Amino acid sequence: MSEKKKRIAIIASKADIPGAYPPLLLATTAAAMDYEVSIFFTFFGLNLLKKKKLKKVKITPAGETAMPMPIPQVVGMLPGMTAMATKMMKSWMKKANVATLQELMDIAIESGVELIACEMTKSVMRIKDKQLIDGCTPGGAATFLEYASEAEITLFI
Amino acid sequence: MSNIKIAKTLDARNLSCPLPILKTKKAIAEIGIGDFLEILATDPGSESDFQAWTKSTGHELADHSQDGGIYRYIIKRTK
Repeated sequence: MSEKKKRIAIIASKADIPGAYPPLLLATTAAAMDYEVSIFFTFFGLNLLKKKKLKKVKITPAGETAMPMPIPQVVGMLPGMTAMATKMMKSWMKKANVATLQELMDIAIESGVELIACEMTKSVMRIKDKQLIDGCTPGGAATFLEYASEAEITLFI
Repeated sequence: MSNIKIAKTLDARNLSCPLPILKTKKAIAEIGIGDFLEILATDPGSESDFQAWTKSTGHELADHSQDGGIYRYIIKRTK
């Protein structure tokens, strides 16, 4: 279309399963709807841009009171419970034919979603550029705000 | 409906949101402008999703129906 594309700006600040899915689901869908899409990965969200990281994204049952596991909250803090909850969650998602995070990231890159890696987070967490996937661009708060000021939709996740 | 010739069928049955939409975006690029894409889906949310997608992209939702839990969409590639 020759007319101006609609634009969506997303901040991804989390890197557990419930935090990682929404930005990638919405970004890929928006790209499929011909939006111009940018995701700003900051704080723990920056982990999603690390190489080979997406397979290791987990969910912890401690604090997830809505997680349908019949255990008291305190048991969720015991060793092994995060691995167990992650395994369960992944098997439910597989049964429901939900795309994997890697599939979504591949589609995002293929469809031209801009992936911005927060510079400040990189220094705080001592993450080197070579640890990040190809195709992400460095940026800061001003980069995001300038982009978001022209966006129809802005989401913080 | 008899004048519609399906150029391609996308089987998106049993796929969860947003895969039917993501796969439709790819599939529509593989047919010619003016041609029709048929999509089969089981996601009940697809009904409103395909209306939103065609509204946003400008492709035409030529027909949609539901039979026994299978949703069928016919989309005309317009550009």
